[in-house]
Amino acid sequence: MDIGSLAANGFSWYMMQHQSAQGDSTSALTLSSVKAVSMNFSHQIVQYLLSGFSTGAIYSLIGLGFAIIYNSTGIINFAQGEFVMLGGMLTYFFLTVAGIPLFASIILSVIIATATGVIFERLAIRPLRNATPLSLVIITIGGSIFIRGIAMLVWGKDTHAIPMFSGTEPLFLAGATILPQHLWIFGITILIIVINKLYFYYSISGKAMRACSYNRNAASLVGIDVRRMVLFSFAISSAMGSVAGMIAAPLTMTSYDVGVMLGLKGFCAAIIGGMSSGIGTVLGGLILGVLESLGAGLLSSGYKDAIAFIILLLILFIRPRGIFRKAETERV
Amino acid sequence: MSHMKKEMIKFLLFTAAVIITPLFFSGGYLMNVLVFVGINTMLAIALNLLLGFAGQISLGHAAFFGLGSYISGVLTATHGFDPWLAMLIAAIATFLMAFLLGFPILKLKGHYLAMATLGFGIIVYISLNETVGLTGGPSGLSGIPNLQISSLLFDNDVKNFYLIWTFALVTILLSTNLANSRIGRALRAIHDSEIAARVMGVNASFLKVQIFALSALISAVAGSLYAHTMTFISPASFGFNFSVELVTMVVIGGLGSIYGSLLGAALLTLLPEFLRTFQDYDIIVYGLLLIVMTMFMPGGLVRGIPGLFGALLPKRMEGGGENA
Amino acid sequence: MNNKLYTLFFFLVVMFTASIVQAAQPIKVGALFAVTGPASFLGEPERNAAQMVVDEINRAGGIKGRPVKLIIYDTQGDATRAVQAATRLIRQDKVTAIIGPSTTGDTMAIIPLVEKARIPLVSCAAGIKITEPVKSWVFKTAQNDSLAVTKIYEHLQKRKINKVAILTVSDSFGSSGREQLKFNASRYRIQVISDDTYGPKDTDMTPQLTKIRNSGAQALICWGTNPGPAIIARNVKQLGISLPVYMSHGVSSKKFIELAGDASEGITLPSGRVLVADLLPSSDTQKKSLLSFISTYQKHFKKEGDHFGGHAWDAMMLVKSAIERGGDSPSAIRSQLEKTRNFAGIGGVFTFTPNDHSGLAKDAFVLVKVKGKDWTLVR
Repeated sequence: MDIGSLAANGFSWYMMQHQSAQGDSTSALTLSSVKAVSMNFSHQIVQYLLSGFSTGAIYSLIGLGFAIIYNSTGIINFAQGEFVMLGGMLTYFFLTVAGIPLFASIILSVIIATATGVIFERLAIRPLRNATPLSLVIITIGGSIFIRGIAMLVWGKDTHAIPMFSGTEPLFLAGATILPQHLWIFGITILIIVINKLYFYYSISGKAMRACSYNRNAASLVGIDVRRMVLFSFAISSAMGSVAGMIAAPLTMTSYDVGVMLGLKGFCAAIIGGMSSGIGTVLGGLILGVLESLGAGLLSSGYKDAIAFIILLLILFIRPRGIFRKAETERV
Repeated sequence: MSHMKKEMIKFLLFTAAVIITPLFFSGGYLMNVLVFVGINTMLAIALNLLLGFAGQISLGHAAFFGLGSYISGVLTATHGFDPWLAMLIAAIATFLMAFLLGFPILKLKGHYLAMATLGFGIIVYISLNETVGLTGGPSGLSGIPNLQISSLLFDNDVKNFYLIWTFALVTILLSTNLANSRIGRALRAIHDSEIAARVMGVNASFLKVQIFALSALISAVAGSLYAHTMTFISPASFGFNFSVELVTMVVIGGLGSIYGSLLGAALLTLLPEFLRTFQDYDIIVYGLLLIVMTMFMPGGLVRGIPGLFGALLPKRMEGGGENA
Repeated sequence: MNNKLYTLFFFLVVMFTASIVQAAQPIKVGALFAVTGPASFLGEPERNAAQMVVDEINRAGGIKGRPVKLIIYDTQGDATRAVQAATRLIRQDKVTAIIGPSTTGDTMAIIPLVEKARIPLVSCAAGIKITEPVKSWVFKTAQNDSLAVTKIYEHLQKRKINKVAILTVSDSFGSSGREQLKFNASRYRIQVISDDTYGPKDTDMTPQLTKIRNSGAQALICWGTNPGPAIIARNVKQLGISLPVYMSHGVSSKKFIELAGDASEGITLPSGRVLVADLLPSSDTQKKSLLSFISTYQKHFKKEGDHFGGHAWDAMMLVKSAIERGGDSPSAIRSQLEKTRNFAGIGGVFTFTPNDHSGLAKDAFVLVKVKGKDWTLVR
């Protein structure tokens, strides 16, 4: 659809109401469309926003993973999306194939995904402390392809569904409908953000990681084990990614190759947020989610990703270091 | 001067090797793969100018390749333009677009630049998919004519091999000269420290934009050649994955080395053919190879292979190896 | 008397040796499928089915006593790789015919090659461009998308629905469906009043559906392959949209019901007969082929055979029957393929003519509906 549909949409509900008032037919079909039409424009917007927030929350969690690793190592970890995939696929495997209860499946999946992240760091990243950032990017791309390949081999190429955590009955909220799973997504995302904040600001190892992100050499001078902090950052990021994957999977379903696109979106969220491992990236994710959903609903569904990226480019041209980045914190 | 001479000898030897290659492979399917090696070599060198010399990352270079392909393809298949003219238009249009885009985009640094170029790539990719009336959309554009010089129609692998490698050799020659020129030195200065380069009087931002546009131009020409060789194009060949593959070619080959890009392009184009024996496992082997090669040859193939030989050869050879 | 016996014996020995010598010379058939990559939902079942047919043929003694060797390459749904693989099949493996590729793009990319090399190609892709205009060496087994669209539109017309919203995936499957949906609408006095797309990797289609809900459409037609349509079905349920939902043959498998769960209830779509083979009357000409395909596939892969696999089954069986009738040279296969009449396959009953290389009529599709978590036939 063209850009002009933006205006058309705003009036569409009015038009429809007018049309149905004429009562052109008595069939059940028309009745159902009358019911559908009763939703007005502001309700529509609420629906777009809620959809945007729920996808955005997932992007935020993935973006945080990017930011945490970037801040402690300077690496953009392109394998981040694969941990999201692992979260979903492992939960599917334990829950549906092995028949383990949901809560235990989730714990097991987080543990295995985190272990994968740690192993990846030990085998592929740590031996290369002196490599150029670009070589490290290639390594993470290689790792991403490798993990995806293994997942394809183990679970096949099919898409798999995971049951919702608690029921499929839609809930009504300010004229829009959401599923209980959306509440899980919002709740768990907020919980993780809070834990993340507490960890980085109040625990010793969290403070040490922040120190590393400001200045690695200085941190090691005051006795912080930088290598250990790097390992920690990979562990936290992969755990976070896997949680994002498993809370989203009941809505979005999962397969071996969902990680690529989600990883890119997460990267995008982190960039809008200025690579902060805090609230900036969270907002970045939400902005991206809402832009996509408004773009699809109001402008053009075909170009919705392009719209999101055009706005991203404009943001970068105006604020080259993300919206939420304070000017002075340059990290080289 | 003697450095330049060495480069010339290298180039002439390589040209000779290219000329005789069809004697060994003609008629075989490898000839076809070597045509694509030529195209990918041009792309890898184009990206290397930006990545290896100017130190500016691009995760959206497949977009320039795609623009070149599609401008050429649409002009010839839909509007009946002469392929050479279409190629020229594609090159100029892409050059101008990159030039204009270069000013805002190259103000960004590091991962912000990576993200912006990636975003640009995705925007182009989506546009190619969505403008169905113009490009044919996801099902692709067919009926693109072959290139032709008077009665010589480039319609088989051997002819295309010579055509594309002529362009690839010109690209190599131009880039070698560029790298050893004043501009090349200025670029390397930007790479090492942009601030220092500015202080020394290098107009860093304008130079970066010029290289960006030149790189886009070479990619667009490669795109035109691709379109006229394949006679069919679809957006799937110009997505994010291919952008990443190009960066991989450059890094695996060796940043800042022209012949490294050649090696990288050759390796990554030929690799899938060799990996066919692994069937579905090829993706795992491919991922593993990327990791292992980068780990053990951090400087790329061009520095890594001699290094490997050095490690394998007995000690006494090392002294004499310097002049070889 | 004795002499005659000796002659007969000698004759038999010669025949036997000759057949052994011939048996050692396999007939080489090439296959190109998108086994990995975004179109693997097509390529994998096709690869499986093609390999299965060839194994069965060889187990039964080959074609005219000669075994078939199937050389399969993965195109990853990428035109460049498809061209490289096709060149390899033609130049190095010297195959006598090629089946596949899986996608319209891959097929269009290699058509110039096979036309020039004069190798018959039986594509498993659906795009109308493949066989229109007719190319002498190119055939296809997948049903034209227009046939599926027609099936839906006829049903809509019966239900007196004339305003539809379409939601198609933005890959070649969806864009071909979208084109046909828009192209055929006016013939059935149907108006496409909302035209939206979604990305193949999108995870939430509620924005598009919210828009559609307010568009005044009387039915929703969604064109895509798993998992998108399953997400859409769930989103439709979440939003409480009560429009009748139609989908494409891209999701005609049990997998769709498994993914969409309760949300799949009541969804109608055109499908090849393979999905409802056991519900067909025994007078149906395809029933025998269908049941044999389903049971063999189940035996080999412990999975249900779908109609995508059926495209490859049809392609291989068409080539086999052509070789049986006229020998294994590429030109003989081509001319015999063109003489195929009433071949009851999985996708439908094929009749190729010099002017028609897609060979199927509109009745290649039946309309099916999800009822009680299973497919039922809509009459």
